[in-house]
Amino acid sequence: MNQLIVSPSPHTRSGITTRQIMLDVIIALCPALIAAFILFGYRVLIVAAVAVGSSVLIEFLCRLAMKREQTIGDLSAVVTGLLLAMNLPAGIPLWIVVFGSFIAIAVVKQLFGGIGQNFANPAITARVILLASFSGYMTARSVPEQHLGVDAIASATPLVQLAGGRETSSLLQMFLGVKSSCAVGEVSALALLIGGVYLVARRVIKPTAPLVFIAAVFVLTGLLGQNPVEQILSGGLMLGAIFMATDYATTPSTTKGKVVFALGCGVITVLIRLYGGYPEGVSFAILLMNILTPQIDKLTMKKPLGLKEEGRKAA
Amino acid sequence: MLKLNGVRLFHYKNSKDAATVDLPLPPTVTIPLLQHMGVGCSPVVAVGDVVKAGQLIGDSDAAFSVPVHSSVAGTVTAITDYVASTGKVEKQVTIEVSPEQETVEGGPVTVTDQASLVAAARAAGLAGLGGAGFPTHVKLAYKDIGRVDALVVNGAECEPYITSDYREMMECPDDIIGGVELVQRCLGIKQAYIGIEDNKPDAIALLNSRLAGKEGIRVEALPSLYPQGAEKVLIYNTTGRIIEEGEIPADKGVIVMNITTIANLCRYIRTGIPLTHKRVTIDGNYVKKPMNVRVPLGTSIAYVLEFAGVPMEPARKVLMGGPMMGMAVYQLDAPIIKNNNAILLLDEREAVFPKTTACIRCGRCIDVCPMNLMPAALEKAYDRGDGERLKKLKVNLCINCGCCTFACPAKRHLAQKNQLAKALLRKK
Repeated sequence: MNQLIVSPSPHTRSGITTRQIMLDVIIALCPALIAAFILFGYRVLIVAAVAVGSSVLIEFLCRLAMKREQTIGDLSAVVTGLLLAMNLPAGIPLWIVVFGSFIAIAVVKQLFGGIGQNFANPAITARVILLASFSGYMTARSVPEQHLGVDAIASATPLVQLAGGRETSSLLQMFLGVKSSCAVGEVSALALLIGGVYLVARRVIKPTAPLVFIAAVFVLTGLLGQNPVEQILSGGLMLGAIFMATDYATTPSTTKGKVVFALGCGVITVLIRLYGGYPEGVSFAILLMNILTPQIDKLTMKKPLGLKEEGRKAA
Repeated sequence: MLKLNGVRLFHYKNSKDAATVDLPLPPTVTIPLLQHMGVGCSPVVAVGDVVKAGQLIGDSDAAFSVPVHSSVAGTVTAITDYVASTGKVEKQVTIEVSPEQETVEGGPVTVTDQASLVAAARAAGLAGLGGAGFPTHVKLAYKDIGRVDALVVNGAECEPYITSDYREMMECPDDIIGGVELVQRCLGIKQAYIGIEDNKPDAIALLNSRLAGKEGIRVEALPSLYPQGAEKVLIYNTTGRIIEEGEIPADKGVIVMNITTIANLCRYIRTGIPLTHKRVTIDGNYVKKPMNVRVPLGTSIAYVLEFAGVPMEPARKVLMGGPMMGMAVYQLDAPIIKNNNAILLLDEREAVFPKTTACIRCGRCIDVCPMNLMPAALEKAYDRGDGERLKKLKVNLCINCGCCTFACPAKRHLAQKNQLAKALLRKK
């Protein structure tokens, strides 16, 4: 007999691992990636490959430089790269993609200590910084003709059209997938919802934050005289609500906290969309709420079972 | 209504149909004089003494102590020191088993009120047999007994693999009901609840059929969500009462007893013979023929395993108790004691833990904690030695059920850190 192992209880672990969770997110992003490929052609795949490749490479180099254990095996850098690609237009120059990966991985994630330690969503932050730095590339109809798929016509997002007063796509078309979108991940609400349902079914995310976020935008835009269905189907709302507002590290951990977070996201999104200088507000809303997450966490702590109220005041 | 958290575990109740078999007499037994929570006993026998089964061999004047009896007839050959699981040095009595077995003279015991019940529970050598080992007589001696109006009997058996309480229910339902009625009568408790996880429908049906026509005892089917058997969870799910910080269950009018403990109390009243044997489940992730064995206390694990015919070659970890809260033993000559209910053998696959990685803040530990604590935050506070934060996050309320560690995808040792944190606060 071998020597016996002695350790404190518990002596068993569930099968779930960080890598499995990340793999599930990657799988959940596939429908949206496929939808983007159908609409925009192979350039989407090139952008995604460059984003993922550069993210993993930059994470590898960061860990090497910091003399820390390698973490690329947990696949979180792949998720970040993929999410970044989802937030970029298909025609974006590839050096901007690499720059985005650098912001996301090196600055936002690794400088703060790596997975789980970042206070802001890496892909969202990268998108916001790229938007501020290269707004032309990020919003213009920059998909070169030769890269376009059959029938694809590049144009500004429906939100820009709304702001410009032009006719918009039909709602059904918006739900299934609109060719005229900026970021490739935003094209199909249906594809994103399939991914979201998969994540909920696999218990990777809880539906709380996405539902509250989307409902808040729906109700608020409806109250303010907009077409609420069009509002929830357009822009980065589905992508943001399902994949970014559910990020573990940068959103609150309790259900109450998630509700507060998602409500805040919804309100800020609507305010920016209707009254702000930018046509789209999802990224800014999530980023702002990311920053508030530690405070929300603090205010929405769970009450331990059997905690005496006076004990709480004393503590 | 508030719903308490927990985890869904694989039940692995492979031994549920294995009727209890008696272990053949071992050549010797080594009986520790600390088999309960509290103060260890001093020997009341000397080397060379001839003892009968059921004879008192260790006792103590301390209130928080339980007398120890010989499980066999034989000759005391040694009284030695050993290191108990508490870390303290205690005495143990080694008895060479004689071929002629003789048991102390018993006879029915008369109990009528709280005082006689407490005396009987002590004389029976009873300590919480479910695993905690809390002295039963101390529990029953609650001074303001008029406040207590509910008896909760713990038949949840929520740990994977273990079926010793289940076999008690299937084999001795009348002892259980007799014990419940006895405690109710002596303490004037109106309502009793027998909490059983709903993965044991046979036991629920059997007890219900025996209870037909009786009032004041109810079988509660509990969801099979670990840790149903944890005291505070069980009390809440049977009576709806929440035990607050610093309280014991009796402060909220509840006394909780393990189902095998209460059956043994009934047997003592009937026979006058104290606790000498314990049923233990022998199982594990590579065990082919799981068993339930009735073992004389003090028998070495090795002897029991030899009888069960379990190959030892693949074993990398041997547990006393379940995989969630059991204790890993470091030597197989360790004896079976009162609060052991299983010996589990785990091979390489289960015994060697995956590597710990960084916390990803997924919140699973918070979602599963039945006490609504924040294990990841507690771990961070412990790692930086922040006693104030640990107090504020209420690490003292942790019941060490292990759900957080089980659920963690980063394989962090969250429950274990909470135990260390409690020790840190005690030191400060």
